[in-house]
Amino acid sequence: MFGSGHYSGFRVIKEALTGHKGWRPAWRDPEPQKSYDFIIIGGGGHGLATAYYLAKQFNQSRIAVLEKGYLGGGNVGRNTTIIRSNYLLDGNEPFYEFSLKLWEGLEQDFNFNAMVSQRGILNLYHTDAQRDAYTRRGNAMILHGADADLLDRDQVRAMYPFLNFDNARFPIKGGLAQRRGGTVRHDAVAWGYARGADQRGVDLIQNCEVTGIRTENGRVTGVDTSRGFIGAKKVGVAVAGNSSRVMAHVGMRLPIESHVLQAFVSEGLKPLIDGVITYGAGHFYVSQSDKGGLVFGGDIDGYNSYAQRGNMPVVEDVAEGGMSLMPMIGRARLLRSWGGIMDMSMDGSPIIDRTDIDGLYFNGGWCYGGFKATPASGWCFAHLLATDKPHETATAYRFDRFRKGLMIDEKGQGAQPNLH
Amino acid sequence: MRLTCPLCGPRDRREFHYLGAEEYLRRPAAEAASAAWDDYLHNRDNPAGETRDLWYHEAGCGQWLLVTRDTVSHDIRKVELVATLKGGAK
Repeated sequence: MFGSGHYSGFRVIKEALTGHKGWRPAWRDPEPQKSYDFIIIGGGGHGLATAYYLAKQFNQSRIAVLEKGYLGGGNVGRNTTIIRSNYLLDGNEPFYEFSLKLWEGLEQDFNFNAMVSQRGILNLYHTDAQRDAYTRRGNAMILHGADADLLDRDQVRAMYPFLNFDNARFPIKGGLAQRRGGTVRHDAVAWGYARGADQRGVDLIQNCEVTGIRTENGRVTGVDTSRGFIGAKKVGVAVAGNSSRVMAHVGMRLPIESHVLQAFVSEGLKPLIDGVITYGAGHFYVSQSDKGGLVFGGDIDGYNSYAQRGNMPVVEDVAEGGMSLMPMIGRARLLRSWGGIMDMSMDGSPIIDRTDIDGLYFNGGWCYGGFKATPASGWCFAHLLATDKPHETATAYRFDRFRKGLMIDEKGQGAQPNLH
Repeated sequence: MRLTCPLCGPRDRREFHYLGAEEYLRRPAAEAASAAWDDYLHNRDNPAGETRDLWYHEAGCGQWLLVTRDTVSHDIRKVELVATLKGGAK
């Protein structure tokens, strides 16, 4: 064991009695070695989880994570923290249910308090057709071992009496509940995986931007970085938001566009919403953080962008959705808003796959659903890196599904990233 | 964000519908290999920096526009009518 030791209630008491002199940094700050067996590009949630499971689950060593900024400074620190496995399609649901199961044991597994809170998620429906669609979705979830519960109007009213049930155009008729869904303290996910990986000997190298990927005879040999060349037998790319930029180093064009997704937090309020609610008649979802702020968001801005800030039309659209669903939200003041860059793939589903270059692997295309996927994404990517075979829940997340017409298109929109 | 439509002048972003990258204009021949169609339909350069993409002036003149802009700064550099481009869709 390196570094910070085991965290526990007993440890807190012991440190309190001894002047808190025993705490150590949660991870080391090592100099890069000349070469590694595995290099993971991207020190976000997915990259850190990959390194953690490579070391812990697949018993690999000589692993480094390269991060251009600081650990957890990208989308894992910019999302709205929701976890759920309420997908419809066969290619998705087993993967997300695997992820939810990993969330349920995560804190014990990596010995870090990530505040995993299974406070439930409720997708509202407003028409008979929507109810039927949610019935089908709920049944698909149950068939894959997830939990789902179709609620009627009175059951929803008992949970959230303040919602706008009698909106003339979009009356609330009920909802599809997944009670095991919820929220997680997002930064702690990055920190927990980072610390767990570091304790197992993974080198976490920050301020180290990859500027090139070297290959020889169709095989990867290492990466050029802002801190010099680092050799590697295998390189895994997990940089969602910037996937096209990194893969351009090897001349690969991806089925991905980058788009801005905005999120919003209100001023702190007394306890009001104890779960996650999504509106079925507009793109709006909301939960309440433990600090009291309402955390909400909606659609992507709709055009290719790398700017981590959004535009006014979506701010208005989200505000309109909120006012339509729960008019009392108009009394709350908006504290802040921000934007993150999403890998929007052509079918709205992710990619975890090998590339045409031996030893180069890709993980990306998470659209706006990457956070909930973090544990399973890391596990499945580690599985692929260690064994060269896709994990059983990620067999559909291949590059060639576009060419073969095997899209995993939950919304049935076709190959148009801004519509997913 | 505003786009300056060559026909209508500066207009709010809400009037426009975004389609995607310029390469939608370079459609392969019907008999082209499936790899060419796969690339055309699914793969994108997705640059951080200058890009050229297609916008439809839905709530205005109904013309397709080719917009040169920066994906990092959101600067709009040039807006052209697709109909007047050489080889452009009529």
